[in-house]
Amino acid sequence: MLIHLIILIPLAGALISLLAGKNNQSLSKNIALLGSLISLVVFIYAAIQHQAGNTELLSLNKPWLPEMNLALKFSVDGISLLLIALSQVLIPLIILSTSKIEYHKSHLLYALILVTQSALVGVFSAKDIFLFYFFFEAALVPAYFIALNWGNKESSKASFKMFIYTIFGSLIMLVALVFLYSKGQTADMDALISTAEFMPSGVQRALFWAFLLAFAIKMPLFPMHTWQPDAYTTSPTPATMLLSGLLSKMGVYGLIRIALPLSPWAAEHYSVIVIGMAVIGLIYGSIIAIKQDSIKRLIAYSSFAHMGLMAAGVFSGNIEGLQGAVFQMLAHGVNAVGLFFVAKIIFERTGSRSLSSLGGLNKTAPALSIFFMIILLGSVALPLTNGFVGEFLMLKGLFEKHQLLGIIAGLSIILGAVYMLRLFQKTMFGESNELTESVEDVSGIEKLTLAIISGLVILMGVFPNVLLKVSEPASEALLNLLAKI
Amino acid sequence: MYPIISLSVTGLLTLFLGFSENKKIVFPASIAFLLIALATAFIDWNAPGFYFNDMLQVNNTSIVFWAILIISAILIMGFSEGFERFEFAQPAEYFAIVQFSLVGAIMMVSFKNLIMLFLGIEILSVAMYVLTGADKRNIRGNEAALKYFLMGAFATGILLFGMAMFYGATGTFNIGSGVFIGGDNSFFLWIGCTFMLIGMLFKVAAAPFHLWTPDVYEGAPTIFTAYMSTIVKTAGFVALFKVLSTTFSGLQDFWWIMIAVLVTLSLMIGNIGAVSQNSFKRLMAYSSISHAGFMLLALLGDHENALGSIMFYSVVYTLATISAFGVLMVVSKERIEKGRVYEQNDLFKGLAQNNGFLATVLIIAMLSLAGIPLTGGFWGKFFVFRDAASSGLFWVIIMAVLMSAIAIYYYFKPVLLSMSKKTSLESITINPLAKFIFAITTFGTIVLGIFPWILRSLF
Repeated sequence: MLIHLIILIPLAGALISLLAGKNNQSLSKNIALLGSLISLVVFIYAAIQHQAGNTELLSLNKPWLPEMNLALKFSVDGISLLLIALSQVLIPLIILSTSKIEYHKSHLLYALILVTQSALVGVFSAKDIFLFYFFFEAALVPAYFIALNWGNKESSKASFKMFIYTIFGSLIMLVALVFLYSKGQTADMDALISTAEFMPSGVQRALFWAFLLAFAIKMPLFPMHTWQPDAYTTSPTPATMLLSGLLSKMGVYGLIRIALPLSPWAAEHYSVIVIGMAVIGLIYGSIIAIKQDSIKRLIAYSSFAHMGLMAAGVFSGNIEGLQGAVFQMLAHGVNAVGLFFVAKIIFERTGSRSLSSLGGLNKTAPALSIFFMIILLGSVALPLTNGFVGEFLMLKGLFEKHQLLGIIAGLSIILGAVYMLRLFQKTMFGESNELTESVEDVSGIEKLTLAIISGLVILMGVFPNVLLKVSEPASEALLNLLAKI
Repeated sequence: MYPIISLSVTGLLTLFLGFSENKKIVFPASIAFLLIALATAFIDWNAPGFYFNDMLQVNNTSIVFWAILIISAILIMGFSEGFERFEFAQPAEYFAIVQFSLVGAIMMVSFKNLIMLFLGIEILSVAMYVLTGADKRNIRGNEAALKYFLMGAFATGILLFGMAMFYGATGTFNIGSGVFIGGDNSFFLWIGCTFMLIGMLFKVAAAPFHLWTPDVYEGAPTIFTAYMSTIVKTAGFVALFKVLSTTFSGLQDFWWIMIAVLVTLSLMIGNIGAVSQNSFKRLMAYSSISHAGFMLLALLGDHENALGSIMFYSVVYTLATISAFGVLMVVSKERIEKGRVYEQNDLFKGLAQNNGFLATVLIIAMLSLAGIPLTGGFWGKFFVFRDAASSGLFWVIIMAVLMSAIAIYYYFKPVLLSMSKKTSLESITINPLAKFIFAITTFGTIVLGIFPWILRSLF
């Protein structure tokens, strides 16, 4: 019974950081870091035990609102385990990445980051649909307030747009959940699966589109993506990292955990349409990314393209596609945080995010450019980096499902290489100018953070099986469930 | 039963306290009187019974509502600071009227006989007409009071007419087992039911009987706006529930479509109307209309859960509303324009820079009103959605959900303004009592957001 500890430790950290770290950035940061690391250690212990067969540790079942049949029910399978691991690893990295700049009211910033962590663990482990919904929404609120409070006027507009969009989608999903609950008289996900199986096709269609709307906005999936580039570009970097690295994964996770099992017939029925939408988004995002001048906006569009491929993988309906999507969620989380961190470092030192005004950083900051290269290659999906495994598996799955769409989706790898290498060339190579001449290289905590991220990129690329094995039983179980229908 | 006696006596005492030389004593004495009333409410705990020739019914449910009403009154009156800032203030009168009005509210939540319901509604309403015009020299306040009085008097007439028809059809004023359509009386029963509902729905500001709301909310002194929007609404909804779930339960086929249409109207008018409001009090007035719509949703479901949902909703709504109006009161007294306190939305500009505590209170109140998880407001909405779902009314729920999305837009207007970097405010002074009340309302909102069963398990 450690799952509630993993949720509560960050919350406690948030509270302590809020109370003790007032007006003292380094103290509040250290408290927050400590809180997230303790949570990580507890999680690693529990995860090892879980893999050894002791599944009790990461599950909990307590009544919540007994007369309504709502329970505080948590349990994890392989997919959940990997995503919790992702959030546990990325949050300390995000906290580390904030070390260079002074934030006003920093204690509040760190408290909000930790609250997001708790909510994410909740989302990835909840087994009660309303508990899931509760955490799904709760994760957004702190991220929104980070964007609002530490951003500029533009970002408050963009993040407000994001907030309204996502809440709107979630509310539609809430209606669908309340409907299922009123039919099944239970809020337990596993029990509802058997209720959903026998829903008439018309009802399933409505449920599916309600679920898809919520998750497609969250990811975002074409054509519900219009909030994303602005929000990612204008938000302060910690908020962007949270949004792109972690919150977007809640959308894919929701597809796997809610949309597929709770409207199985419709999910199969509409899979080609959804894959079509995803592939359009994939190509569209990649092409727009090629033309971008702002580093952050370029990464934002690349992120949008990657999310499209993940949705396609999930809906391909075979083990390769699903496993690839799960793996790519982890890889993209790490890569997005790394890329946005590099963008932040470049901006802090040169004061510019515009590709046309940068160049020649590899001479003044060689270490930065090496780390950047590694993370970037991960994003381009070069073999032996983490991006390759996921994309390869997803494309293979997609080919099996629908050859034409698979071929089109395959183009995205080429396009991805084009915009990413252009990004690298325009920033790192070329002539130095007055902006980039006197840039100092990364050092200290920045170097450590980048080294950890680069290490993850390579390790995940070389030993993907370690992670794939964890999620394989869960993916197979889900596909077996869908195959029955 | 005991709080009715206690409040009537202490109300009179408060009036006499007004003659004393030391005006400062009235405020603490009134709070003490309210606390005494709160204590006497629990004398009847676990001792259900009937009073006044079976015209009042007391049981644990009604005692919970008494406590909610009296505690809300105490929290709101805590902001009055003894009305020292009011020009030409008569604090003793205000406090006395507040205590009398609570007598009316208590009768509304525990009546067994329609005469008691009528008396309760009238005692509460007349008190509210007076309090709306409490700021005598304010023309807007006078206008609001007159409007409220004229329209309210009309609604009362309709209510009374409905009761008379109901008496004609059934031969009794007692509510109890359901009445059924059939025979020669059905026409009068329909009229009785419709007119009584109209009279009561006017009091809770459900559309299309909402027209008084924005003007009255804006014109009344803020403290009494807060009072009106919480106490009247809670008592009014319990009264509606009592009538609909007992006597009129047999007529459900007749009134459910009426309520469903009113829900739709209230949600649309409330939420769409609020979008373009610049005055914070008008915004809250429209929000109050939309919350009336949400609470009506609970009445559409099965009656076993409805009272619990109404109770939960009114508590979270009361907490958030007290926070919001409290912040408005504290901040607006710092900015006087043309001799009047400034109550537009942009009053809150830069509040977070200036006073983080007040900004936090305001933000949490707005999140709760918008129904975002982690706050009690989410569960309030969830419970009423679930109730409506049990009757299969999904088109109403989808409507309500769309309107909730609109609601986020206008509830976030003050939030966004308060986070803005520029500020026109100077340092804001909060007295310790107000700080204490904010702590209670904000903490209560969060606790109910995470542990909703604390309240839900009461009944």
